[in-house]
Amino acid sequence: MLDIECAGAEVEETIKRIQSQKGVQGIIIVNAEGIPIKSTLDNSSTVQYAGNVHQLLMKARGMVRDIDPQNDLTFLRVRSKKNEIMIAPDKDYFLIVIQNPTE
Amino acid sequence: MSVSHKVGTMKSKQAPNVNSHQKAAVAKGVKAIGKKKDEEEGLDTAEGEEWMQGKTLVKPPDQLDLTEAELNEEITRVLKASNPNAPQNVVRYSFKEGCYKPIVFVDQMAIHFELEGNLVHKESDEGRRLMAKQAEVDDGGGVERPDNVAIKAAKREQKLTNQFNFNERASQTLNNTPRDISCQTEPPPRANFSATANQWEIYDFYVEELQRREKSKEKHEGQFLNKEEDKSKKKMIQAETQNDDISQLAKVVKIIERMVNQNIFDDVAQDFMYFEDASDEFRGEKGTLLPLWTFQYDKAKSLSVTALCWNHKYNDLFAVGLGSHEFTQQGGGMLLFYTLKNPSYPEFIFNTASGVMCLDIHEHLSYLVAVGLYDGCVAVYNLKKKTDQPIYNSRASSGKHTSAVMQVKWQKDDLDSNHNFISVSADGRLVSWTLVKHELVFTEIIKLPVIDTIPDDLKDVIPTVGTSLDFHKQKDYSFLVGTEHGKIHKGSKYYSSKFLEKYDAHFMNVTRVKWNPFHPDVFISCGWDWMVKIWDQTMKSPVFTFELKTSVTDVAWAPYSSTVFAAVTTDGKVHVFDLNINKYEALCQQKVVSKKTKLFNIEFNPVHPIIIVGDDRGHVTSLKLSPNLRKKPKVESEVLNVHFQMSLHISLV
Repeated sequence: MLDIECAGAEVEETIKRIQSQKGVQGIIIVNAEGIPIKSTLDNSSTVQYAGNVHQLLMKARGMVRDIDPQNDLTFLRVRSKKNEIMIAPDKDYFLIVIQNPTE
Repeated sequence: MSVSHKVGTMKSKQAPNVNSHQKAAVAKGVKAIGKKKDEEEGLDTAEGEEWMQGKTLVKPPDQLDLTEAELNEEITRVLKASNPNAPQNVVRYSFKEGCYKPIVFVDQMAIHFELEGNLVHKESDEGRRLMAKQAEVDDGGGVERPDNVAIKAAKREQKLTNQFNFNERASQTLNNTPRDISCQTEPPPRANFSATANQWEIYDFYVEELQRREKSKEKHEGQFLNKEEDKSKKKMIQAETQNDDISQLAKVVKIIERMVNQNIFDDVAQDFMYFEDASDEFRGEKGTLLPLWTFQYDKAKSLSVTALCWNHKYNDLFAVGLGSHEFTQQGGGMLLFYTLKNPSYPEFIFNTASGVMCLDIHEHLSYLVAVGLYDGCVAVYNLKKKTDQPIYNSRASSGKHTSAVMQVKWQKDDLDSNHNFISVSADGRLVSWTLVKHELVFTEIIKLPVIDTIPDDLKDVIPTVGTSLDFHKQKDYSFLVGTEHGKIHKGSKYYSSKFLEKYDAHFMNVTRVKWNPFHPDVFISCGWDWMVKIWDQTMKSPVFTFELKTSVTDVAWAPYSSTVFAAVTTDGKVHVFDLNINKYEALCQQKVVSKKTKLFNIEFNPVHPIIIVGDDRGHVTSLKLSPNLRKKPKVESEVLNVHFQMSLHISLV
């Protein structure tokens, strides 16, 4: 029990650290159904990101596992002209971080 | 149906209209006369039909007024067989040519009237069918009428109705009231199910099935009650974790943090992997150090780095021990683990009660870390456990050191396969600690000999401070201890009463002594007397001596070459030497920290060409060695031997 509580606090702290890193514009945590549960961006952007990323993630994961079922997706980076979107999936959740790397 | 083409021209003068309207206008009068003439002509041609004479020409009021010239103008009217309503500019896309092409031949048929007839040819299918039906009806009709039976029998072909003696009887039966019986059942419960069957879903399912089978096997073998309790507990915990959203993300968040850091320090990471200083070719022998990441932790600001150690299994992980070198400024201490993948925050943080003076990571079990503290305790941390406390601590046990522990080193597992390590401390004792179940058992190995200048009666009280310890790589019973007085003692684990050899190394404190990883007889030592000396264990005097301008705090051999070593001094400089290339001078003497910062530790990474240096501000700086500093000799120990022979020759002479 203590372990779970400590883990939760640790995760919160890590998220705060990421948020304070250079160039990070926002962090979104989305659950398995594609519903954002925590976000540092405004609601409309969050919903937009969550919906789009969810589909992309399913497709990417499907592709990786289709080629080799023992493999699994670790993370996905989408680099665009203005920023970089980093997506890390978990079994039930996934985390999206938007960063502007050249800032 | 084609209309015969008759293209004829019809000349006509626009005027004549057969109307009895006479206008008195002069111009029109002329026309009238003209019309009359025409009429007369027409009359003449028509062979004088009398009733036509009475007619006079009358002009309608809306007739066009035209001049004589215009009247005489000949207008050609053409009678064409083309349909005026048919489209003239139809275009169709031709796939062969890939463009639109006009169609010239358009159907010109215009249908004015259409009437469908109801005549069917006798010989055609439908005609035959109808005739057959007719015959049937005739036959069927004959049975019902009794009066006409005879007639019918006789004349089957002709169906005649007797108009005089004709009886038709009809009867109507009572129609039963129609009833509708229907049965309505409840629809069977339906559910929509959809799923995808990919290769990986099948694989996942099989894996789960395997796990389930294994669990059921355990259930049969184990105790029933306990398992059920566990299962219910597990269910409880699962439900809780579902509510407690965030904690499951620990691993994912870590990955994301590393990715973000990789982006921020992208250029540093690229340098680390790929940058090779091309200007080394023009620099002759000299090389440079390229600063990479700087690791700092804000809670460790007041502490100084006292120990560094790389992890052998994970080459990007290293441990930093923080404490204080000053006697007067002793506070708490910290043990931090950093990875090169995340330079902004340590991976593991342990707080210790007093300053950390030394640490060592076990060679094979890279999660075991032995730490020596300023207050004389030794502790062992297990990185796999999540707790902040060490798993073993010598605080309570007897035989702990009474003074700061200066160096700890892990040893091979003993005969009972217990892990053990040896520590040397400022109280002059070398103690071996064995991890037995839940405690540390100590075994005294040897006590450092007291120097001669101390009077006999105080010999037991004033110890010889041991400052550094190193074990031989191949013959691990053989070790070296450096002392505060500048002496280096060589000993063996098998001899507990006496040291095998003593070297008068330095005038002041020996800060580090290290065996050469390749050559079995060579070791290096450095001290506060500004000297770095290289020894052959068989000889009493050093083979090489280097003087650096300030106190040397640490020295380390390179893992890739037997002739390369690096030293750090209190003026913030790193000196890199390669005996193969230059026996008298450093290849690189570079200041890597800001002014007035002292460097205390240096370590080479076992795999990558980088070194880490620790300073007294609690920062660790990583530096990349330029190619000139990384030259590997062809056969390791041979090279050093050659140099030794040469220098021996020189020194003897």
